[in-house]
Amino acid sequence: MTDVLIIGSGGAGLSAALAVKEQGASVIIASKSTPTTAQTSMAQGGMNAVLGNVEEDHISMHIADTIKSAHGICDENMVRKMCADGPLAIAWLERLGVPFSRLDNGKSGTGSIAQRKLGGASAKRACYAQDYTGLKILHTLYDNCLKEGIEFLDDHFLLNLVTEDGTIKGATFLDIRSGEVVQIDAKSVVIATGGFGALYHGYTTNAFGTTGDGIAAVLRAGGSVSDMEFVQFHPTGLKHSAILVSEAARGEGGYLVNSDGERFVDELSPRDVVARAIFAQLEQEKEVFLDVRHLGKEKLMELLPQEVALCRLHEQIDPLEALIPIKPVAHYTMGGIDVDDALEVNGIKGCFAVGECASAKIHGANRLGGNSLLEIVAFGRFAGSNATKHAMFARTTPANDTQLLKDKDYIAHIFTQEHSVNFYPIRQRLGVLLYHKVGIVRQNAKLQEALSEVIAMQVAHARMGIVDHAKAHNQNLVEFLEFSNALLLTPTLISAAFSRDESRGAHFKIEFASEDNERFKKHIVLKWKP
Amino acid sequence: MTIQILRSQINDYQTYTLADEEMTLLKALIKIKATQDATLTFTAGCRASVCGTCAVRVNGREVLSCAHKVRDGDMIEPLNYHPVLRDLKVDKQPAQKTLLNATAWLHRYQEAVLTHKDERFTERQTDCILCDACYSACPVFAVNPDFLGPFALTRAYRYSADKQESEVKSIVERVQHNGVWECTLCSGCTLVCPKGIDPKMDITMLRSLVVQHGYEDRTFAQMGFGTPDFGSEFGFDSNGEF
Ligand SMILES: Cc1cc2nc3c(=O)[nH]c(=O)nc-3n(C[C@H](O)[C@H](O)[C@H](O)COP(=O)(O)OP(=O)(O)OC[C@H]3O[C@@H](n4cnc5c(N)ncnc54)[C@H](O)[C@@H]3O)c2cc1C
Ligand code: SF4
Ligand code: SF4
Ligand code: FES
Repeated sequence: MTDVLIIGSGGAGLSAALAVKEQGASVIIASKSTPTTAQTSMAQGGMNAVLGNVEEDHISMHIADTIKSAHGICDENMVRKMCADGPLAIAWLERLGVPFSRLDNGKSGTGSIAQRKLGGASAKRACYAQDYTGLKILHTLYDNCLKEGIEFLDDHFLLNLVTEDGTIKGATFLDIRSGEVVQIDAKSVVIATGGFGALYHGYTTNAFGTTGDGIAAVLRAGGSVSDMEFVQFHPTGLKHSAILVSEAARGEGGYLVNSDGERFVDELSPRDVVARAIFAQLEQEKEVFLDVRHLGKEKLMELLPQEVALCRLHEQIDPLEALIPIKPVAHYTMGGIDVDDALEVNGIKGCFAVGECASAKIHGANRLGGNSLLEIVAFGRFAGSNATKHAMFARTTPANDTQLLKDKDYIAHIFTQEHSVNFYPIRQRLGVLLYHKVGIVRQNAKLQEALSEVIAMQVAHARMGIVDHAKAHNQNLVEFLEFSNALLLTPTLISAAFSRDESRGAHFKIEFASEDNERFKKHIVLKWKP
Repeated sequence: MTIQILRSQINDYQTYTLADEEMTLLKALIKIKATQDATLTFTAGCRASVCGTCAVRVNGREVLSCAHKVRDGDMIEPLNYHPVLRDLKVDKQPAQKTLLNATAWLHRYQEAVLTHKDERFTERQTDCILCDACYSACPVFAVNPDFLGPFALTRAYRYSADKQESEVKSIVERVQHNGVWECTLCSGCTLVCPKGIDPKMDITMLRSLVVQHGYEDRTFAQMGFGTPDFGSEFGFDSNGEF
């Protein structure tokens, strides 16, 4: 039996695995794809850590910025821990070989790491590796996992957690390669499966497959979720592909204009304000564009080379000469698996959750840019080391096969299930529904409509099945399971949004446009009743 | 427009018809799966050329599905030299094992003064997304499956050039066997890399590093037949391994 089973190979999973290994325990990383395909590869802007390399900065300032952005609902101890860990996390990455961008200051070690200012920060604090920060961190972590001989199980899709008397015993997976359901026994488990932004299918910067599978598994195992209503929208996603156009575009002087050629918002306002202003235009049937033509070719190619290429490819336009059609899109999910201050899942001993899948109470109502890369590294290591400690004293008797048999039956059942309703268009419809009714601007009546529609989808789910009946490499089955998880999670998102009769951070409700500290300065925690 | 996709089950091309609009190949594949044929199997993630999941061959050339504009008549096939798992999905494990064999990581860290220029020196190499396009384009794999291959050598080079690496010698030792000398410098890898990386150049750089470390220069030895025989008077070993 392995000491620690890690589910997910993004930045959080790999950091946790390396921490486990450092402490001499055994570890396996299982993920539904291959190691470096995780969404962490998409992060561009940077990772926050107080180094003060470019200008004066203090951990207390980082803490204050994070709390401000969270709009009061965060656990200040957790925030303090994460911010204080920032410089240590960077020093650790530096020793692993992450190729950070550098300053010319003649200093050695982390002293030469370049830092830039991201929105909401009071200093230049984000360490970066050109505009490939996540990619380069992820790949360097992967190189180090290979160096340490860490075992990877690719193509393993998490189905359920295996628990006994409220303690974790392992997890069951669909081995996508063989089509078999397998159980992996472990003394501790770390869930690092990423967020649920892909519920907003077609309206999110997130990768396909960011469907909150780990969060759904925790709900099924009796754990809880919190802060589900807080979804951060990025103001500028490309209109057709929803691919992110970096904030730098506005930071450097890009304009936002509507189809009448009018500017309608101060482009430098906070993300949620700009996103709402754009959404209001779209609701009035106007189109919105980003205009960067006046910045000139040289500056554009220097600042936004990735974006220029992506516009040409996905929007069929050249931003040097034409307006870029955009829409605000779901970008980051603040909520997720409810964990305690050791990142242990509330209600399941020995099971930890970290990264975007977890609600560690640091982002609260809105995440500060650059804090999630910090979270996945700093807390990834913290989770790994706590999981190791738990493994030292855990009982080694493996679980019985009740869950395994149940899951085998379930998968077998899907193959026989009616499939008169194609779930792919419904997945798309769910995206549209969430975007318009559970998105940037909310209203109780609309939330209620959304919930009824989702319930109707859940009812139709019994007729959705799969068309592809191959046993091995059945991607149709995988996508069906992902969509099923999405349908399980959506009601928690809607209910939490419905309960919160106020506006706070990323959650904006028309009829309650201000913060109501008396009633709502708290987390909404939900459980699933089957 | 119509495109043809190599299906593993029938071991033949299947024709699909698409609306005549501009779109990426990935978008086309997703459309086909959602509306025409749910059994079509491929892999994808970010749709923004950064997760490295979606490389295939179109008309014999490696591309990222998410970065290729699909055209009438396109012939789509899985990557070369990778076991095909199903349709366009391939097994990347054997190819990625080359990273392990090349020990493509930082062996022992030493603190160093780094500048913007140092960062730029291997910036391109660290843009690698492990899409395996270069591996699929490398002709050496047709004859030598144990070759370390372009992306592993690029990565090994990137670490060898890092001032923070205090054990460059360990890397130098590893890249010589089934490594830098087996490469034919054909540029196949460089031509297809979606990130503009030049593994061939990196291999050339590694070769000189190897020689600097006092190992034999096997540049001519590996060229095989068809090249002038420099003979033993030049001191080269003409029994190259290729
Ligand atoms: C376009 C973009 C730009 C961003 N830029 C920044 C930035 O500049 N700074 C910043 O701090 N943050 C940024 N973020 C946010 C940040 O990248 C993510 O929050 C973070 O990388 C999440 O890491 P993770 O390890 O928690 O999850 P992920 O990287 O999403 O990894 C999840 C892992 O879990 C696996 N998995 C999921 N489901 C299952 C299952 N059922 N079974 C098995 N395995 C499963 C996946 O395969 C994957 O390996 C950005 C996000 C996006 C989308
Ligand atoms: S240059 Fe070398 S590594 Fe690249 S494709 Fe040719 S033989 Fe392979
Ligand atoms: S070097 Fe280029 S082609 Fe090869 S794996 Fe890396 S990104 Fe892909
Ligand atoms: S889908 Fe990620 S590189 Fe193409």
